[in-house]
Amino acid sequence: MAKVLLPGDPLPSTSAAASTSAVLHLGPGLHAAPTAVTALNGKGKSKEDVTAVKAGLLGFHDDGKAEKWWIESLARRYVPHPPEPVIGIIIARHAEGYRVDIGSSQAASLDALSFEASSFLRFEKYERPHPYPGFARRKTDDPFTTLIQVGTLVYAHLLSTPPFSEPEISCVDAATQKSAGFGELVGGFPIRGVELNRCRALLSPKNPILAKLGAQFPFEVAVGMNGRIWVKAADGEEENLVKLIQELRGRP
Amino acid sequence: MPRDAEPSISEAEFVLKALQSGVRLDGRQPLDFRTPKLRFGDQLGWVECELGQTRVVAQVSSEIVRPQPERPYEGFLVISTEISPMAASNYEAGRASDEEILLARLLEKSLRRSEAVDRESLCIVAGQKVWSIRLDIHFLSDEGNMLDCASIAAITALRHFRKPDVTVVGEEVTVHSVASHVPVPLAIHHSPFCQTFAFFSTSDTSLTVLDPTHLESMLSNGTLTVTLNAQSEICVLSKVGGAPLSVEEVMRVVNVGAERVKALDGLVKEALEKEGRRNVIEVL
Repeated sequence: MAKVLLPGDPLPSTSAAASTSAVLHLGPGLHAAPTAVTALNGKGKSKEDVTAVKAGLLGFHDDGKAEKWWIESLARRYVPHPPEPVIGIIIARHAEGYRVDIGSSQAASLDALSFEASSFLRFEKYERPHPYPGFARRKTDDPFTTLIQVGTLVYAHLLSTPPFSEPEISCVDAATQKSAGFGELVGGFPIRGVELNRCRALLSPKNPILAKLGAQFPFEVAVGMNGRIWVKAADGEEENLVKLIQELRGRP
Repeated sequence: MPRDAEPSISEAEFVLKALQSGVRLDGRQPLDFRTPKLRFGDQLGWVECELGQTRVVAQVSSEIVRPQPERPYEGFLVISTEISPMAASNYEAGRASDEEILLARLLEKSLRRSEAVDRESLCIVAGQKVWSIRLDIHFLSDEGNMLDCASIAAITALRHFRKPDVTVVGEEVTVHSVASHVPVPLAIHHSPFCQTFAFFSTSDTSLTVLDPTHLESMLSNGTLTVTLNAQSEICVLSKVGGAPLSVEEVMRVVNVGAERVKALDGLVKEALEKEGRRNVIEVL
C-alpha cells in the first residue's frame, strides 16, 4: 500500500531490525537534515533525520546492498540537475554567449563556443580557427562566431548549476567536442509544460510509446528533461503532428 | 518566475503553417469555440466558467445605497476585474496591465452600457435607496481568451443571482431575509456574450480563428471582439489596432459570432435550468 507523504513528514518508522542493509540512498523529494553523528550503527545519518520535501507517494526498494527511498510526484516546474538534456529558447545574446530560457527559475547561460563547428551549415565553408588562450574575441567583426537569432531552439545539456549563479548549458559533448545530437533545432514545434516524469519515461530506452507513434508516420523528436519535447514532421503532415503533440502532451 | 517568455521561431512558424492547412494546435477547427463548462456555487450568483484551461469565476453580490442625485431612479452595476498573478505569473497584483485595462473596458461596455441589467428595477425608494449590484470577476487561469470566458461567467452569474425581497411601506423599507421570503432574480433585458477572433495576416491571405489560445493570441496580428446577444444584436464591436481587415472579413466574423452566441445562450439557459432543479429556492 503506497504511502502519501507531505513536505515535512518523516520516513515511516519501520522496525529497526527489519532493515537488512545499512546504507540509505535518498532519491528525489527527500532530504536528510545535517545532524551530528548518531549512535545508530555509528554510520551518521539515520532514518530519523530524513524528511520529505515534496508531496507524493513514497517509493521504496531494498536490493540487499542499499535501501532506496524516493518520492514520486507529478511536477511541471523544472529544477536543473546536470547532466540532464534540456530544450532551451534563446532569449538574449551578449558578448560571451547567449541567455537561454530552460524553464528554470533562472535563465541559463550558453557559451558562444559550445557548438560544434559544422552544426551550423551556413558557416560550413569557413574553418573555425582554434583560439589560443587569451585570444580576445571581438564579437562585432569576427566572421567565425556562430550567430543564433533570439527565439531559436537549442537542444543542450546542463554543465553545472553553481550556487547563487545561473546554470550553464552546452551544445557539445564535453569529452569529444562533437555535437552528439545537441545543437540548434530547426523547424518543428516545441511542446511546453509536459509533466516531468513523462519526459523522463520517454527518454528511457525501453519506452514503447515513441516507437508505436513512429510506426504511424515518421517524425523527429527531441526530449528535454525540463518538460519540453520538440517534434518535427515533413511538410503537409501538420494534422498528424498536431495529433502527436496532443498525445505527447498528455494532460487533460 | 516569469511565465514562459516569447514564443520561439519554431512555434510561430508552425502555428502559421498549421493554420494555413486549417489545423489548430488543440485539434479545433479555426472557427470552433471551446465548449464552456459551467459550475455553480452554493451561494447564489457564484459561477465558474471553464473554457479549456482558461478559468474565470464571477460572483454577484448586492447592497443598498443612496442613488446619484441626478438619477434618483437608477441602481448601480459595479464591475470589478482584477487580474492577479494566479491567472499567470506575468500579471502583477495591484498594477493594471494593458490587457487588463482592455478587458475591463470591454466587459464594462458589454454588460453595463448595453443595459443588460435593468437598472431602474433596482430602485427601492426613489432618491433614497437603490440596489447596487456588484459583479466581481476573478481570473483563475489564463490559457487564452479570458474575455469571452469572463463574459459567459458574468452573464450566467447575473442570471443566477437572487436579491433579497424588499417591502416598501411609505418610506419604510423592510429587507426580508432569505429564510422568510424567496429572493428575487434581477431584471435582465438580454444576455450579451463576447466573441473574440484573432487574425493572422500573411502576405496574401488572412486567417481567422475564434477563441484563440494564449499562444495563438501572442502570435496573431490583431484581435477583434464582437459582443452579441441571442437576438443577433451587436452590443460592442472592438478592434484595437492590429492588421487591417476588409469589410467582407468583418461581416463574416460577425455572422459567425452571431451563430455561436445563439448556441451559447442555449447552453447557459440549459445550465441554469439544471441548476434550478438541483438547487430549488423556496421558503418552507
